[in-house]
Amino acid sequence: MPGLDNIGMLAMSGGLLDVSPGLMIWTVLTFLVLMLILRKVAWKPMLLALNEREQFIKDSLDKAEQAQRESERLAEVNKALMEKSEVEAQEIIAQGREYSEKLKSQMLEESREEARKMINSAKDEIVRKNQEAFSSLKSQVVNIAVLAAEKIIKENLDNEKQEKLVNRFIDDLTKN
Amino acid sequence: MITETIKAVSDSLQVVEHGAEDTSWIVHHILDSHELFGIIPLPEIHLFGLDMSITQHVVMMWLALIILVIAFTKTAKSYKISRAPKGVANFLEVLVLFVKDEIAKPTIGKGYEMFLPYLLTVFFFILTCNFLGLIPFMATASSNISVTASLAIISFFVVQIGGVIKNGFFGYFKGLIPHGVPTWLLPIMFVVELLGLVTKPFALAIRLFANMSAGHIVILALIGLIFILKTFIVVPVSIAFALFIYLLEILVALIQAYIFTMLSSLFIGMAVHQDH
Repeated sequence: MPGLDNIGMLAMSGGLLDVSPGLMIWTVLTFLVLMLILRKVAWKPMLLALNEREQFIKDSLDKAEQAQRESERLAEVNKALMEKSEVEAQEIIAQGREYSEKLKSQMLEESREEARKMINSAKDEIVRKNQEAFSSLKSQVVNIAVLAAEKIIKENLDNEKQEKLVNRFIDDLTKN
Repeated sequence: MITETIKAVSDSLQVVEHGAEDTSWIVHHILDSHELFGIIPLPEIHLFGLDMSITQHVVMMWLALIILVIAFTKTAKSYKISRAPKGVANFLEVLVLFVKDEIAKPTIGKGYEMFLPYLLTVFFFILTCNFLGLIPFMATASSNISVTASLAIISFFVVQIGGVIKNGFFGYFKGLIPHGVPTWLLPIMFVVELLGLVTKPFALAIRLFANMSAGHIVILALIGLIFILKTFIVVPVSIAFALFIYLLEILVALIQAYIFTMLSSLFIGMAVHQDH
């Protein structure tokens, strides 16, 4: 009898491995309710937000990469443009230098030509003036000679007078 | 005189012997009870001939439910304010992502999203129950075989339903038997595979139950040493070892929640992709 009592006591107090159907039903109910609530309240919005964020980060990275590639391309283009403009500037400077050189030599040539022309015209002038002076001198001399001749003819009578006349004439000539 | 002395000695020895053998208080601490914190009486309910009483472990599970619903409602809401939440929400997000990316994705593979609500719920439910048991005056619902068995049965049904949904009813049960088995072996193989299906959740239930009870039993036994040996000398040793076991239990609480989820996920993966 005491042995039976012992077994009864053990069954009443329960062992570690005793299974209680009531507790199992409560567990299943609690778990299912928890899963249903959390699925609606937490898992769906959370997983959605997490997926969205994942997508956002991926997109941002893609965009950043694209922007970087674009900027690299632009830098390349800029560099090429710079090089080209440099070459062009050099060309323009060279052209300017060449032009100015040409202009200079042309102007020099022109001025030399002008000077030569001026010298020539001056020479011509001098020759002309000379000739003019010579012809006027000649006509004067002729006139004087004619005058002298006239006077000689007028006072042809005496030598003395003639001599005087010639002397006077020479004096006149020298005075002139 | 002498006989009296001998009698006294034998009596005290008997008492000591009896006291040392009577370890029912340890089991009593671990077992479910009809009193909350050992003081507040809980109602006893009997429905359809079943004891449906709200016991301490039921209260603990409800507490876990309330904590989880509040924590995750707040966490889910915090995503409406910011893409990257801070604080508790951030911590929970790490765990959710861990279950999603480290447990569900590698073990189930394609179509893992369908099982995420179950896996996440089971992970956080077991984790919360484990940690509630580590708080003084609380009880560990996950150290009760009825609770772990129920969770294992739910896991079993999720595995079977997942397999049937992915492979079809007949396809799933045909896929259980490996290819190239001689026809005369088929009946035996069918029984063996069916046993295999049942042993998996059985192992799940026993593993969680044993791990969660063992730590508590060891702590209680270490504390009990003080009273059995009836000396203060053993106090520092007992406390130090109990503290060490307690810290170990924090680790075990995390690991067991992980293992239960991981194995459930693995079984789902095996049921869904039978060709592997």
